[in-house]
Amino acid sequence: MTKDNTPPWRDYSLTGRDSGPSFAPKQWYSTPVPRKRMKELMKRRDVPALIDYGIWLGLVLATGALVVLTWGTWWAVPSIILYGVFYGSCADSRWHECCHGTVFKTPWLNTAAYQLASFMSLKNPYLWRWSHTRHHTDTVIVGKDPEIAFPRPPYPLNILWNMLHLQSGWNELKKMFWLAAGRLTKDQKTFLIEADRSKAFWASRVHLAILAMTFVLAMVLQSWLPIVLIGGPTFYGSWLHHLLASLQHAGLAEDVPDHRLNSRTVYMNRFFRFVYSNMNYHVEHHMYPMVPFYNLPALHEEIKGDCPPAYPGTLAAFREMLPAILIQRRDPFYFVDRKPLLPEAANPSPEYTRPTAIAAE
Amino acid sequence: MTNWTRACACDDIETEDHIRYDNSDRTFAIYRSPEDEFYCTDGLCTHEEVHLEDGLVIDHLIECPMHNGQFDYRTGEAKRSPVCVNLKTYPVKVEGGDVFIDIG
Ligand code: FES
Repeated sequence: MTKDNTPPWRDYSLTGRDSGPSFAPKQWYSTPVPRKRMKELMKRRDVPALIDYGIWLGLVLATGALVVLTWGTWWAVPSIILYGVFYGSCADSRWHECCHGTVFKTPWLNTAAYQLASFMSLKNPYLWRWSHTRHHTDTVIVGKDPEIAFPRPPYPLNILWNMLHLQSGWNELKKMFWLAAGRLTKDQKTFLIEADRSKAFWASRVHLAILAMTFVLAMVLQSWLPIVLIGGPTFYGSWLHHLLASLQHAGLAEDVPDHRLNSRTVYMNRFFRFVYSNMNYHVEHHMYPMVPFYNLPALHEEIKGDCPPAYPGTLAAFREMLPAILIQRRDPFYFVDRKPLLPEAANPSPEYTRPTAIAAE
Repeated sequence: MTNWTRACACDDIETEDHIRYDNSDRTFAIYRSPEDEFYCTDGLCTHEEVHLEDGLVIDHLIECPMHNGQFDYRTGEAKRSPVCVNLKTYPVKVEGGDVFIDIG
């Protein structure tokens, strides 16, 4: 530890000593794709989006009804598990898609789905939009990216808690209370613009009011059922999304302007891809955030020759990621270097190094 | 003072699309709307100065390729966050199958 008690490696806070300059947007590498093809891939379509969101909401309602019907019997347990995944995990990935605004061709559908999914994943729609904007500007750039899920050295218990949304879920609740009270942290002030602050405060107040009404209803009915149906699933049901999302960047390079090296594309089964809205194509998503989730497999086909091989399955990706973060516990400078895995015909990764860090005021 | 400059041929831009046009150290985006009208704006997004050339034209909106912010390219008005500052627009005329912009 240094004198000021900070570790000798990196400072992940957004106002700390590693929060200096990062790469300019034009320095980020992207695989060239012919403009005509790119236009096809970026096209928004209501039909595939409505099918996906219709199935999702249908499943939430159907499994929710199952929970109500089986309440008080042992059959409620599998019903709750299913409901939790469709409510908590699916909402988290859909929040993300709508945050990019790429899902529906019709803008109001996108806005409505965004607000709904934001509540279901207990995320403040304004704070998170801006935080996620920063994540795309500065993906896994230390001191700039507010969404680095596994800062080094990772703490094993935090890893487990995060995968099960226990730590991050409580963090969202804490944020909700602070925002509802009109308070922002120092880090939040670095990315949430003035014009959206009062909207963020009001969104948290509305979320809090819905949760409070659910709690009161539970008290009146003397039953946990309302909490199991509303609010609760974000905690007990988001685990699958968090498990899959933990594979996005963990254990890979930091401070590189090349998503081929700091993100993972993993082949997943259809069920996981449904829950996760195709975010297993994560290199593709970061390189071209304009492409809606239903076109990511096609984009993958376009650029895979220029990328390290995709992981053949979810287990294979965990087999690499888990040992890597355990090694980082002992050696925070360790990471899985994907550069040697770039195919021979691929464009080389740019040789940029991050500009010298200047501590923020 | 007007300064009409030939930017491109009409046929260089597909309907509901746009291209980049550079003039000395300045950069612009020239659009062809679904109604075959032509428009011109600054080329760089007002959010983080990413060029709009790789963005997507949807009806009368240009979506920035970096964070999906949107502008109405006819007026330059910022329409969806994270863009908050309007885009500068420039007068356009079409003559003899060419697009001219007044870049002042
Ligand atoms: S740079 Fe254009 S929206 Fe961010």
